[in-house]
Amino acid sequence: MEKYRINPDKGLEFGIYTLGDHLPNPITGERISAKERVHEIIEYAKLADQAGLDFFSVGESHQDYFATQAHSVVLSAIAQATENIKIASSSTIISTSDPVRVYEDFSTIDLISGGRTEIVAGRASRIGLFELLGYNVRDYEALFEEKFDLLRKINEEDVVNWSGEFRAPLRNAEVIPRPQSGSLPIWRAVGGSPGSAMKAGYAGVPMFMAHLGGPVSIFKRTIDAYREAAERGGFNPAELPVATAGFFYAAETSQQALKDMYPHINEGMKKTNGQGFPKQHFAQGIDPQNVMNIGSPQEIIEKILYQHEQFGHQRYIAQIDFGGVPFERLQKNIELIATEILPAIRKYTAKK
Amino acid sequence: MKIVALSGSNVGSKTRTAMNYTVKALEEKYPEVNVDLIDLAEYEMQFSDGRNYLDYDGDTGYVTKALMEADAIIIGTPIFQASIPATLKNIFDLLPQNAFRDKVVSMLVTAGSSKHYLIAEQQLKPILAYMKAQMVQTYVFIEETDYYMKEITNEDVFFRIERLVEDTVVLTETYQRIREEKEAQYDF
Repeated sequence: MEKYRINPDKGLEFGIYTLGDHLPNPITGERISAKERVHEIIEYAKLADQAGLDFFSVGESHQDYFATQAHSVVLSAIAQATENIKIASSSTIISTSDPVRVYEDFSTIDLISGGRTEIVAGRASRIGLFELLGYNVRDYEALFEEKFDLLRKINEEDVVNWSGEFRAPLRNAEVIPRPQSGSLPIWRAVGGSPGSAMKAGYAGVPMFMAHLGGPVSIFKRTIDAYREAAERGGFNPAELPVATAGFFYAAETSQQALKDMYPHINEGMKKTNGQGFPKQHFAQGIDPQNVMNIGSPQEIIEKILYQHEQFGHQRYIAQIDFGGVPFERLQKNIELIATEILPAIRKYTAKK
Repeated sequence: MKIVALSGSNVGSKTRTAMNYTVKALEEKYPEVNVDLIDLAEYEMQFSDGRNYLDYDGDTGYVTKALMEADAIIIGTPIFQASIPATLKNIFDLLPQNAFRDKVVSMLVTAGSSKHYLIAEQQLKPILAYMKAQMVQTYVFIEETDYYMKEITNEDVFFRIERLVEDTVVLTETYQRIREEKEAQYDF
């Protein structure tokens, strides 16, 4: 795990991720400006850093209701504004970007942050950016696989010789600057389906898995499939970290948590995805066996520990801000994580 | 209540003729209902390429969004080669997996032969069930012999269309009420 800057002896890492969505608050109908939203995200990262959390990441999305299209620029500001927290993209859409430029950006951010930067590379859940950036969506799979491989090659080799279908060849190319420790942790973003997880496994890369909701047992199957594929691909699963990411919200009671969060998720999903989140499914989110971490701090601690026992993952990443959640509620959640949830999780998952 | 009447073919006139009667019956009996007739023959539809429906523009974007915003959909379809037309299947492919969750869907089928009666049962209903539709169980089946010169001549077809319209509206109202009652119980 050292290659990925993770020490499992210290217990489960805890992080925050934002998709960079820029949605109105469904209760008030008001939407802050893009400027305010971008600054809010930087402040959010600072809070997470000050609270001693392990990780903070920002997504790239090129569509209405998002503000972090230039997510690496936002991460650069976060690198400057924070001190200890690891920072990453979640995810960088590598399919429609040039891996050389992505690497230049992220190794620069790594230098700014003093060696705290990682890349999570994904395939895009929505495809408007293919047209925007001049790619053909028919090449969806091939673009990702080729560019992801090139990104990893640049990370591993100081002098790159490469040729492929979607980019001009590289001849004795030195991609600089190099990151502080010579390489960056690079994760593959997986949407939760076993097929995609298995690709990450066969390639021997760490997996960053996002999920909306549903039983822990289903996601355990995906993680098992990932580790089995890694083994078949000739890698040692014990050396490959797994991160899971999903909805999180802590309040005094689980009922209050549902009440506070549901309108944001439901209306936010309607606007960004075209369909709301069924109330019935959301209500099941507080069940101890459901992967959503929504409830009282004590219930969330138990849920995360149960997930850790099932998944054996190294990092959990909470999405709290989706759908215009007011900043003071994000603050309150970070406070609850720092004072109640994180100490318990570290206590029960650390090896020493 | 928003209802979309979808005429699912870009060839022939029988389905569209029957859909005109259906929309007329709906407007007469339920003037408060907002009904929109979409005849695929009048739209330039793209083939589905797997993107989210919000990412289509032009006619494809218009049709998919209208369907997603509807509370109920009345699908009119001819039978081609013992199956539903490709134009209609493309609509299903353009929409998300759970597109018909919390929607009522009813069907009207036109065919050249009575032997095609069970095709809706075996080919259309499984797709609608997969996409989570609340289905009106009885559909209207109209044969070639029920038409003369682009007019429906069989009185019984009118009765059946009226019943379909009534069943669609009643089931939509009922289902909405049940869902609202259930959701009110959640207290969030």
